[in-house]
Amino acid sequence: MNTLFNQSLNVINAGLAGFADNIRQAGGEVTHLNWQPPALGDIAAGLALARLLNHPLVEAANQQAMSQYLAAQPVLVDVLAASEAIPAMAERKLILHAGPPIAWDDMCGPVRGAIIGAILFEGWATDHAAAEQMARGGGVALEPCHHYGAVGPMAGIISPSMPLWVIQNKTNGQRTFSNFNEGLGKVLRFGANNDEVLQRLYWMRNELAPAMQAAVRQLGEIELKPLMAQALHMGDEVHNRNAAATGLLIKRLLPALLQTSTSLSTLQTVVSFIVGNDHFFLNLSMAASKAMMDAAANVPFSSMVSVMARNGVNFGIRVSGTGDQWFQAPANPVEGLFFPGYGVADAAADLGDSAITETAGLGGFAMASSPAIVKFVGGTPADATANSLRMQSITIGSNPAFTLPALNFAPTAAGIDIRKVVDRNILPIINTGIAHKAPGVGQIGAGITTAPMPGFVEAIQALALRIQQHEEAQQ
Amino acid sequence: MDIKNRIFPNLYQDSVSLMQISAQIAGLDGIEQASVVMGTPANIVQLQDAGLGQEFKAGPNDLIIAVRGNAAACDAALELAQTRLTAKPASDEGGIRKVAPVSLSMGVETMPDASLALISVPGDYAAAEAIKALQLGLNVMMFSDNVPMAQEVQIKQLASQKHRIVMGPDCGTAIINGIPLGFANVVKRGAIGVVAASGTGLQEVTCRIDQLGEGVSQALGTGGHDLHEEVGGISMLYGLQALIEDDATQVIVLVSKPPAQVVADKIMARASAAGKPVVVHFLGAPRDAVAPQGITFAHTLGDAAEVAVAQLRHQAIPASIASLAAADATKLDALCAALPAGRKDIRGVFAGGTFCFEAQLICQQAGFVASSNTPVAGNKTLTDLWTGHGHTVVDMGDDAYTRGRPHPMIDPTLRNARILSDMADPATAVVLFDLVLGYGAAAAPADALLHALQDAPRGPVLVAHVCGTEADPQVRQRQVDALRAAGVLVAGSNAEAAVWASHIARQQAGR
Repeated sequence: MNTLFNQSLNVINAGLAGFADNIRQAGGEVTHLNWQPPALGDIAAGLALARLLNHPLVEAANQQAMSQYLAAQPVLVDVLAASEAIPAMAERKLILHAGPPIAWDDMCGPVRGAIIGAILFEGWATDHAAAEQMARGGGVALEPCHHYGAVGPMAGIISPSMPLWVIQNKTNGQRTFSNFNEGLGKVLRFGANNDEVLQRLYWMRNELAPAMQAAVRQLGEIELKPLMAQALHMGDEVHNRNAAATGLLIKRLLPALLQTSTSLSTLQTVVSFIVGNDHFFLNLSMAASKAMMDAAANVPFSSMVSVMARNGVNFGIRVSGTGDQWFQAPANPVEGLFFPGYGVADAAADLGDSAITETAGLGGFAMASSPAIVKFVGGTPADATANSLRMQSITIGSNPAFTLPALNFAPTAAGIDIRKVVDRNILPIINTGIAHKAPGVGQIGAGITTAPMPGFVEAIQALALRIQQHEEAQQ
Repeated sequence: MDIKNRIFPNLYQDSVSLMQISAQIAGLDGIEQASVVMGTPANIVQLQDAGLGQEFKAGPNDLIIAVRGNAAACDAALELAQTRLTAKPASDEGGIRKVAPVSLSMGVETMPDASLALISVPGDYAAAEAIKALQLGLNVMMFSDNVPMAQEVQIKQLASQKHRIVMGPDCGTAIINGIPLGFANVVKRGAIGVVAASGTGLQEVTCRIDQLGEGVSQALGTGGHDLHEEVGGISMLYGLQALIEDDATQVIVLVSKPPAQVVADKIMARASAAGKPVVVHFLGAPRDAVAPQGITFAHTLGDAAEVAVAQLRHQAIPASIASLAAADATKLDALCAALPAGRKDIRGVFAGGTFCFEAQLICQQAGFVASSNTPVAGNKTLTDLWTGHGHTVVDMGDDAYTRGRPHPMIDPTLRNARILSDMADPATAVVLFDLVLGYGAAAAPADALLHALQDAPRGPVLVAHVCGTEADPQVRQRQVDALRAAGVLVAGSNAEAAVWASHIARQQAGR
């Protein structure tokens, strides 16, 4: 039986504001919405969204995906060559890149530059022209990192002999990977591929990686979630600021490293390399985030976002309930600050797999924890706090493992729900570095951007279709 | 005395916030000792020393909540600690601005006890919003129009599954629990419940009930398409059932254009078994139709109110108001005597669609076939929207006139101009019009018209009906007095106004 007549009438008003005024004047309770057409005004997508709201299949799937995400325990277990960690990379000439799939001809400058650098690094070509010819002609396969459980910042280039961090989710045994961070300046991930860059990569492969492998194996494992949680309390959001986390990692690694048989000269160069790079932890933060999100992926009918990634042209998302399908749209511009001498005209489009941190409730979602960089990436500490709060309205829940001191130790918003994004027209915010559009110049600024709406709208329709097909099959 | 603990694996929290939670749960009644700590070896020893247990399967990254006290208090403390650990931040803390709600689901978060969504978004988006509202457990009023019938059926079927009321699409007015929604009048609360498929029809019935000294329990709209065979009267049947079950409702009034037969049968069957008197007015239904047991047919909108009030007061059913009182006839005859013989036409200029419909029916019954942009059966379709020819009755709230313009209830400019142009036509005997008051309607609907009338040469008789109540923002009596002062005849109902106009036309026809 309907109870409308037996309770006080509390109205939510969508549309003409005058109706809300009338109700208030007549003594009624009313909440007036700043309503706007959802789903970019796409009527069919709006109807699909409406049918998914409070849908029991979706609600149950989201609970499952969310609990698997929360239960994930990413642990650093090893350092391996990419060809060892990812069997496909030992079988054929394969280079992985950031973001959703993209053909060579469509790639942006920094990604192309980095691929050329990787071909030279692998010794598959001896000069730049030959390397470019090889990439353009299909002599090497180019695929997203995400297709192999891997993530890489910026260009995100992984080639077979590069060392990878190996992260294991102790809850389900699955592994995820990330490459090593090269530091700032002229580096491969920004498209640089000169001799200096290649020499650094050789050193990382030949000296840094064995030292790290020995230290990690000495330790057995390093639990990453508690380390990241602690870093959030020390001013990191573990995407654009990793100073504290890098320090915490060194605290764990150094004693173990000293117990290995690593030579003193290697120790000296390795330690000075790590302490000279505040972003050293970023790649671990990303691989840990990837482990948490993989745990939540492929739950049928879930509307939870499992991947957000950019290839320098398009921004792609994956949704748990639609499996491996990518939903893409041109990346939104970055609002940010530029290093002296650079401006908007120099900027490449948003790039990199590092938005996996936001997908996992970190980075921009945890901005309130990082007052040190809020000025850099968008305004006042109050803005940062407001951003973190606003993300609460587009997530399934929050992650009690990651808490924000500025919000009275509230847990970070986590588990982006595509229904809420499209319904509320609130886009996930992402902290990001800005790459120069020309290969090899490097980072020229940092700022915040958002995930573009069209991919979410397309994902809503794809999820609705799957549910419709399921329901029709049930009948 | 119980000792209990709960372990949250891999949940790092800083020790200060853990101490705060410890202090809070230690202060609960029935708790002797409590501690919330990370499971480091040192902390575990402390817990053991404090008598909070011996075995803890926890490592340094696992969070332990341990309590000692009576069993129920221990459980409550563990629950409280868990809530605190997963609590969302208070959104108004620290001067941080709140996120303004932009969607129904956000609206429900800010107003958890919301019971109804009032949807007036553009028609293309209205169906999705209605479905969302139903999925969120809300009742729905859809003011929006231009919603495809197939979507209306889907929405209403979903509402039936969810046991929710859907009023509309194209529902202009309703009164729920005394609160006016959309275009609605401020009507006394009382014992008469109304379900209507017509917006101005609902306003006329509820206002007349108020004028007769009774009140309205609930006034539900269904939208104009509800009683089509395709929709099947889902909203009217649901509304009728809700009023049957509502203890505050003693008499029920149903108003609609004549529904499809199969729909009418269903409604009649349900109404007949209501267990309380039901008054039914189907606009334009044959006058001699025989009502089933428990149902009384009313001849006009005004009659529906009159009959319902009589039923409520256990009085005899009154004669229809659509008949001319002798005193009124005398007054009208005197006015006609002063009219030139060539003034023969009825010119109806309406803001309310149902008023236009009812006026056409009554004039037709009196023998006057009129032209209209919304003709009733037997009347003619207008050839010229903008100029009256012969008996002409127009609904200026119809799409033909409102495309790109506000509805005449909101902005009467165009309607007033039409009244003046019909007055200036030497063929016009009587101009018949309505003035609709209430929330949503123009604040001073008669002012501009009366101002224009001051300068207009006196031609035809002016007959008006004011739909509203004394409690409306515009105050009905104030409007009636102003019209009368300007020489306008003001009838007690739309039907009576049409009867008066017909009488004038009949007198003039005989000259």
